[in-house]
Amino acid sequence: MELLRFATCGSVDDGKSTLIGRLLFDSKAILQDTWDAIELSSKNRGDEYVNLALITDGLRAEREQGITIDVAYRYFATPRRKFIIADTPGHVQYTRNMVTGASTAHLALILIDARQGILEQSRRHAIIASLLGIPHLVVCVNKMDLVDNDRATFERIRDEFALFARKLQVRDIAYIPISALKGDNVVDRSEHMPWYEGPALLRYLEEVEIALDEDLDDPRFPVQYVIRPMSDAHHDYRGYAGTVAGGVFRPGDAVRVLPSGLTSRIRSIDRLEGAIDAAVPPMAVTVRLEDDLDISRGDMIVGVDNSPHVASEFEADVCWMAERSQLTPGTRLAIKQTTRSTRVLVRSVESRLDVNSLDEDPTIDTLRLNEIGRVRLRTTQPLFFDPYQRNRLTGSFILIDEATNNTVAAGMIRRPLP
Amino acid sequence: MTTALERAQLARLSHLQALEAESIHIIREVAAEFERPGLLFSGGKDSIVMLRLAEKAFWPAKIPFPAVHIDTGHNFPEAIEYRDRRVAELGIRLVVGSVQQAIDEGRIRDETGPRASRNRLQTQVLLETIAAHRFDAVFGGARRDEEKARAKERVYSFRDDFGQWDPKSQRPELWNLYNGRHGQGEHFRVFPLSNWTELDIWQYIADEDIEIPAIYFAHRRDVFRRDGMLMAVGPFVERLPGEDPFEANVRFRTVGDMTCTAAVESDAFSLEQVMAEIAITRISERGQTRADDRFSEAAMEDRKREGYF
Repeated sequence: MELLRFATCGSVDDGKSTLIGRLLFDSKAILQDTWDAIELSSKNRGDEYVNLALITDGLRAEREQGITIDVAYRYFATPRRKFIIADTPGHVQYTRNMVTGASTAHLALILIDARQGILEQSRRHAIIASLLGIPHLVVCVNKMDLVDNDRATFERIRDEFALFARKLQVRDIAYIPISALKGDNVVDRSEHMPWYEGPALLRYLEEVEIALDEDLDDPRFPVQYVIRPMSDAHHDYRGYAGTVAGGVFRPGDAVRVLPSGLTSRIRSIDRLEGAIDAAVPPMAVTVRLEDDLDISRGDMIVGVDNSPHVASEFEADVCWMAERSQLTPGTRLAIKQTTRSTRVLVRSVESRLDVNSLDEDPTIDTLRLNEIGRVRLRTTQPLFFDPYQRNRLTGSFILIDEATNNTVAAGMIRRPLP
Repeated sequence: MTTALERAQLARLSHLQALEAESIHIIREVAAEFERPGLLFSGGKDSIVMLRLAEKAFWPAKIPFPAVHIDTGHNFPEAIEYRDRRVAELGIRLVVGSVQQAIDEGRIRDETGPRASRNRLQTQVLLETIAAHRFDAVFGGARRDEEKARAKERVYSFRDDFGQWDPKSQRPELWNLYNGRHGQGEHFRVFPLSNWTELDIWQYIADEDIEIPAIYFAHRRDVFRRDGMLMAVGPFVERLPGEDPFEANVRFRTVGDMTCTAAVESDAFSLEQVMAEIAITRISERGQTRADDRFSEAAMEDRKREGYF
């Protein structure tokens, strides 16, 4: 059984909560007592129907104000897959939450109200999904029951979205006509839309191929922790613990270590249960090399003929997440990328992205809360990275304000600068 | 070179492999970036799995931080026995923060009466223990599927110098990049099992053949009924009029303080039977067996704000 992480975003009225509630309830992830509690809360609030937002909106402030203020993680499983939903609010002032939820998602689910067609918000969600490198997008045209399950309505929305999506980098887009409220095409194929020949949403989520989404071409192993037992049984043991960030590693493979550039071969890939013969992303393993090299946290073991970029100047897209500060040229921050931590200087803000249209505004030189823009950065130590659209683990970084210790930005590297 | 098909097969991890990898990554990251981590270990099933993951994270080296137990003095003896044995096996240090000692020394006052529980008192002793040992990161076995306030908590949960959680000012948490920077006196609670569900924990225990305390399996026990829950008859719980004891086959779904942890009627004597029962239950773990979550809709959020796990 595989694990699929998917992100949903949207506001209260587009049926997102109804859809999530149905997936959770039909797969038994909402249990009876939780359901009873929600039913009671809904009645107390004067809601006419069971308010499914109460499942995910667990904080007191959210319940009182009737809003979702944060990413909520929800879990359900079918016999075929386990699912983690990162449910985020859809308004533009919550772009940072969407970015957060999208960062680890294999798939993004976008809901479009069949009566209203594609809204600015639908485009924004798709643009953020694309920017965050989510490989799969599922566009659910919802409330089909309210447009008489009309095929032409669905196809018009699908075609319009497909035209817009040509500008995106999403590899795989599926379109499903559903009614979350009635359950049409959610868990089972609907009898009301015989013209639709694709799978129901849950079937699609169970079957979409995600094993090849990771970068399996470029061997990347950021060293996280050096293991030296210094015990009698393992006197000379020196292993490099970490999470595989790209490629396939096997014993005997020729590797290079960055930043030293020294080469060696993999002696073994160890786990407590015994040595294994291949490691792929995102496995957490311990690698031993044939040669005794000086390697520490922040170094990266890579393919001998397949190195990432090694650079301290690069261009990146960043989403600014801090309320009380902004990003301007000259800003100095701490940066964490893979297991490497160093400092960074903002050289320039090249443009700001309009997340509703993909237009770039080059006249801007400041990024504020929830804004996304293209920047040029210089780090004090070189980083080892791939472009984010090629590898989400080696191409991503966070920026940290050293005065407040807060995470103030999420970054996606585009290219090294000469 | 491997073919695309071979690579897809290699890359297809099971959900437990993916969860395990994520948890080990988190545990190693904390060991690398914090000066004095500790791991909360009670002998309950979640902390047992967490300790197993820590063992894997550093093998063949020992776990490079101590286990920490906040001992209410009202524990199930089976859990304490298990705790001591496991810690000895791993050769790690055990730090115990004792609620009884804090009461005896007059630092906190025990609740009295039939509904007395030391659950809330744990928070104070936990915070004292963190301060006394200057822990800057404390691993906890909490899962997001347990409770709705936990569903919104970060893996790295920042606590100010009063140990308090502020749900509105949580740091964004992206990819597998965790920000553990903190000032003097501040610390983090770190939850490596955030994305595990109750069923995942049981499946992992079965797959890995992990030993767990016997109270998780069905056994004969003297119990009484309170608020629809079955409480164990024992020296720490005063019974109200009408709360007559009877003997039943029960097991525990969670193992906490005896005063607030209830049993469920069960005939599940093996791991397979326990998993089969969980797979068909319609009642959540905390809803069925934890008196401490029943105070109000936001009971957990309020306790977390005060510094609870």
